[in-house]
Formats: sequence, C-alpha cells, structure tokens
Amino acid sequence: MKTVGVDIGSLVTKIALLDDSNMIDYRIDRSTFDFKRIGHNLFDDILEKNNLKRADVYVMSTGYGRNSIDIADDRITEITAHAKGAQYFYPEAHSVIDIGGQDSKAIVISKKTGNVIDFQMNDKCAAGTGRFLEVMAHALEIPIEEIGELALNSKKPAAISSTCTVFAESEVISLFARGASKIDIAAGIHKSIARRVAGMAKRIGVGQTLVFCGGVAKNIAVKKYLEIELGYEIVTPKYPQLTGAIGAALIGQDNMKK
Amino acid sequence: MTQSEKTNWRPMWEDLGIDMEKHDQLLGVLPDIFKEVYIDSQKNRPEAMGFWDFVVGDLHGIRISELKKAKEEGKKVIGTFCLYVPDEIIFALDAISVGLCGGTNFSNYASEDLLPNNICALIKSALGFGVGNICPYYSMTDILIGETTCDGKKKAWEVLKDYKPVYVMETPQCKSRPEAREHFIAEIKALVTKLEIVTGNKLTVEKLKATMEKIAKKRTQMCRVYEARKTDPPPISGKDALIMSQVAFYDDPDREIEMVSKLADELEDRINKGIGVVNKGTKRILISGTPMAIPNWKLHHIIETSGAVVVTEETCTGTRYFDSEFPEIKGESIDDLLGLVANRYLDINCACFTPNDKRLKDIKQLFKEYNADGIIFYTLSFCQTYDIEAIMFEKELKKEGIPVMSITTDYSSEDESQLKTRIQAFLEMI
Repeated sequence: MKTVGVDIGSLVTKIALLDDSNMIDYRIDRSTFDFKRIGHNLFDDILEKNNLKRADVYVMSTGYGRNSIDIADDRITEITAHAKGAQYFYPEAHSVIDIGGQDSKAIVISKKTGNVIDFQMNDKCAAGTGRFLEVMAHALEIPIEEIGELALNSKKPAAISSTCTVFAESEVISLFARGASKIDIAAGIHKSIARRVAGMAKRIGVGQTLVFCGGVAKNIAVKKYLEIELGYEIVTPKYPQLTGAIGAALIGQDNMKK
Repeated sequence: MTQSEKTNWRPMWEDLGIDMEKHDQLLGVLPDIFKEVYIDSQKNRPEAMGFWDFVVGDLHGIRISELKKAKEEGKKVIGTFCLYVPDEIIFALDAISVGLCGGTNFSNYASEDLLPNNICALIKSALGFGVGNICPYYSMTDILIGETTCDGKKKAWEVLKDYKPVYVMETPQCKSRPEAREHFIAEIKALVTKLEIVTGNKLTVEKLKATMEKIAKKRTQMCRVYEARKTDPPPISGKDALIMSQVAFYDDPDREIEMVSKLADELEDRINKGIGVVNKGTKRILISGTPMAIPNWKLHHIIETSGAVVVTEETCTGTRYFDSEFPEIKGESIDDLLGLVANRYLDINCACFTPNDKRLKDIKQLFKEYNADGIIFYTLSFCQTYDIEAIMFEKELKKEGIPVMSITTDYSSEDESQLKTRIQAFLEMI
C-alpha cells in the first residue's frame, strides 16, 4: 500500500513516499511564492521516478499550504502529522519540538494511543522560529548553514534579551558596536531561540524521549542549547525536515486501513 | 423590509456629523464580510435569523432613525460599554440605553494619536469609532456611562471626556466583601441621581419594577436560545447565536423580546423535529474569555469552518450577559429594588475581580451542561486579567482531563491561517 505525505511549509516543501510503513523516496525543495506549483512538480516527479500513477497512491497533505493544493485525498494539521512522524523514527517518543520556517511547536504524545494529548504553538511572531535565525544570520553576514557550527565555538555567548525579531536585530547591531565578537553574538542568538522554545515546551510538560525536528533541527547549536535549557539529551531523526511528510503519509496508511 | 432597505439614510447621518467618506468605506465592506461569514459558509439556518440578517444589512439605519425620533420627543440616549451598567435604571428613567462597541480595527486610525500601541483592540476600536465620528450610535448619545472594570477603560474615559459628557460609575474590585455590595449600591444610587438630572425624570417604584421585569424577560428569551444549544445536534450555529447577543446590546428591548422569543420557539420546534445545523456528534466547543463586538466573528468563523460547532460562550457577549437573574422582583421601595439590581449584577463573574474563582466554577458547569468536547480561551491581546485567568484556569481544567487551548489575538486577519492550524490541531486532538 503506497501513500504520499505532502508537507507544504512556509519556506520548504517536503514529500515522502511510503510503501506500508517504509519510506522509499522523498523530495525537499524551497516552497517559493508559487508553492502550489512546486508541490505539484515534486509530486509528479516522485511518482514518475517510481513508476507510479496518481491512482496508485493515497495522498495526505499537511503544513501551512495543506488546503491550497488539490492533489490531496485528505489533509491533516502539521501538529498531528509531526506526532505521528516522530514515532516513525522513535517509537518510544514522548514529546516533539518542531522548529520550522515561520512557527515552532511543542507536542506531547499519549503513551497509550500515540495520539497528541497537548500542544503549544508560538503566537503570530517570528520569535523562536527558523525565520528569526535567518534574519539574524543575515545581520551577521554568516551563511545560514554555517551559523550553528560557528556558534558552538563561543566561550561567552552574548546576552540577547529581546525575543522580537525586529528588536533583536537592532540589539545585534548595538552588540557589534560594543565590540562583541560575531561568534559570541551568534551563540547568543541560538540561546535566545532555545530559551523561548524550551519555555513554551515546559508549559505543556514535555519529556524524554524528546524528538527535535523541522528544518532548524539541523542546526547543532540550537539543539545543544535546547538540551541545556531542558536539562536532558534530545534526539534528532535522520531526516528532521521530513517528519511531517512521513507522519502525514503514515496517517494516510491508517485512513486506508479504516 | 425591502422598502426600508431603499430608504436613503444619508441626510440623517450627515445631520449627525458622521465622517461620510469613512462611513461609506465601512458600510461598503461589511456586507461582503457578512455574506462570507454568515450566508455563504452556513446552511440550514433558522428562518428567524432573517431578522438579524436584516439588522446587519441595515446596521445604521432604522434603529438610528428610531433613536432620532425618540430624541425629538425629548428622550435621552445613554451610551454604555459594559454589562455592569444596569440597563434597568436607564430605561426606568425613560431614557434609552445603547451598548457601544468596536469590533474592527477599521476605526483604529482615529484613536492612534490618543492611545498607546499596547492597548486592547476593543478600546482602540471603540474610541476610534467615537472620536472619528464613524458610528451614528455614538453620535446619538447624550452621555456615556463608563465604569472601572479595566485600567484601559478607566483612562479611556478621561480621553473621551474632551469629546462627550462622560460619567464614571465605580465598580468594586473585591466583590465578595460585604462592604463591596454596600459600595456598589451607593454607586448605583449615584448613577440614578446623575441620570435623573440628565433625563429630568424621577425614578419611581412602579417604573423601576416594570423595566426590571422587561429586561429580565429579554434575558430569559436569550437563555432559551442558549438552552436550545445544549442539544446534539444544536439547532443554531455559534455564529448565529453570537450575532443575536451582539445586537441585543443596542436594539429596542421590546423588539428583542419578540424576535428572540420567536427564534427560541423555532429552535425548540427544530429540536422536536430533530433538525440541527450540523451532524449529530460534531465536536462541540465552549468559548470563554473577552467580549466579541460586531463585526468580530473571527474565532467562531474559524472554528465553524473547521468542522466543529460553538455551543456556548462564557463571555460578556454570551452567558455573562444574561445568565444571572433576579430571583423575584418584589419590594416596596426603590431601595429594595436597587438592592435586587445590585445582587444581580454582582453575580456576574468577570476577570476584573479578585478573587474570581467562581468564574472557573461557571466554566466547569457550562462545559458539563452543554456537553462540550473542549474549551477555547479567547483573550484580546493586552487584556491582562483575562490573559492571566486563561493560564490559571487552563491548568486547573487540564487536571480534570478537560481539553483546553488558549488563544490571544486581536481584530487583524494576519494570524488567521496560523489560528486555523492551531484550532484544527486541537480538534484533531479531542
């Protein structure tokens, strides 16, 4: 039984093709402003490369753009999809922290049923999201792929008190003016995201095994500071960005069995 | 009705000094919003809702002309902003009470230079409508009666007094204390004295008794509509019940009694016939928190287009408006009756009081009575008291296994898709 999970995020579109509960192929690409087209292109491509037709698969969409594409048989929110996807990688998962392009969320999973029992999501603001990291990387003129690695070299992370992206940007500039190093400022930025997200996660009682996913999970400094804030080790799946797409595809499997 | 739709109200608005350009813009967008939220996205609505559809279509028409006529006959129009100002007293003095509001950020531009950024959307909007001359209801009022139920409003009265006569009634902070009741009664009496001067009329036992009965009757009819929502499937949507409550704040009480009771009759009939607005078993949501003024239908619309139905609101535009009642209206003197009025109003559990644990009890009871599946706390940004209570109550309710989520938002639409995700995830969870 083949199902496809299509996760259209605000920045990145992810597609996972599953045969029963095994992922056999995937696609990851920028969503761009024309995310409908990107979604369709990636979908057509993954079918073609695997010699499949539309009728051979069941499609579940999730993410920010889940209601905008017409290839889906059904749709589910990224909260439910991430809870399911986290258990694909770690069946014993207790909680999930997902930091994506424009939002971050914490999820607690029921041990008994594997369903979501509580969740929190950031309010309408970029604090504690991938976007915050992007804006700060830009201000520091460091490529986004390198900023995490660089931050880990800091011995004395700068204190960034503002959680607002706009204010934090001017805070970064004034830190520069006071002579703080790029490395220390970068570390401060990562700490600030971790503090914000960990605070939200603690409010709903997250615990181990905690699965860290979403695009920002690829950043090792955010992971390290999250572990410091939470006081325990957290785990990152092999494909952190695909968690939602895989979860959606798995829910598609469940739907078909019904 | 079609004939009155054709009535040209423009001269009346111009006479009132309305900013016609802005007012045209407002009335230009409202019908589209209403059509989208109420007409296109709902089916199988009660026929009696036709009245409210008409009222929204004629938002500043007939009712304003009625107020104009009443004023020509010497009556005074009194503007209020909170359910703590007793309507009974205003109507008993032959004046007309109009609940003023502000449920859209359309009017914010007019209050921007008077208020700080970080203030609740309701105050920003209401003040904007007033000083910007965009709301004919505001323009019709002879005096505004404020109260001290929140810090933002306390200061707003000071701003407004440069534009309109304002009288402020002091509501207590710790209402369970015996002296609070004494003080509240003294405040009600002071309000009577003030309104006697404004209206030139004298409060009498007969008049007060009669209006207490009338306003209680209006509340009873609203309770009937809410009672009907306890059924699964509910015979009316949350959105339709909400607009009924919103309009009740400024419409003529006699007409409200007639129209709301007609609606309640139809709903009871629908229940007998097993007619609902959604399928049986549709997830039922209780909303609790800050008031929703016209045209703030944002949260209800998101919930009800996500496959769930709102079955009750523990808000000022919901149960807090009409749930508590006079046990029996009897008394030989004005003092006796005002004592009853004070008791009835002090029975409303608003977050402006401390302590306010009775509100949590109310919420738990409503959750049970309405067979709700989950609770959504709704707080307008910068309303500290409701925001803090949402966190406190969320913890308590979760201990009892009740699914709860909290939303803090305002009138803007920029967070709609994010709210949709959060609400849909909540619905998938429960």
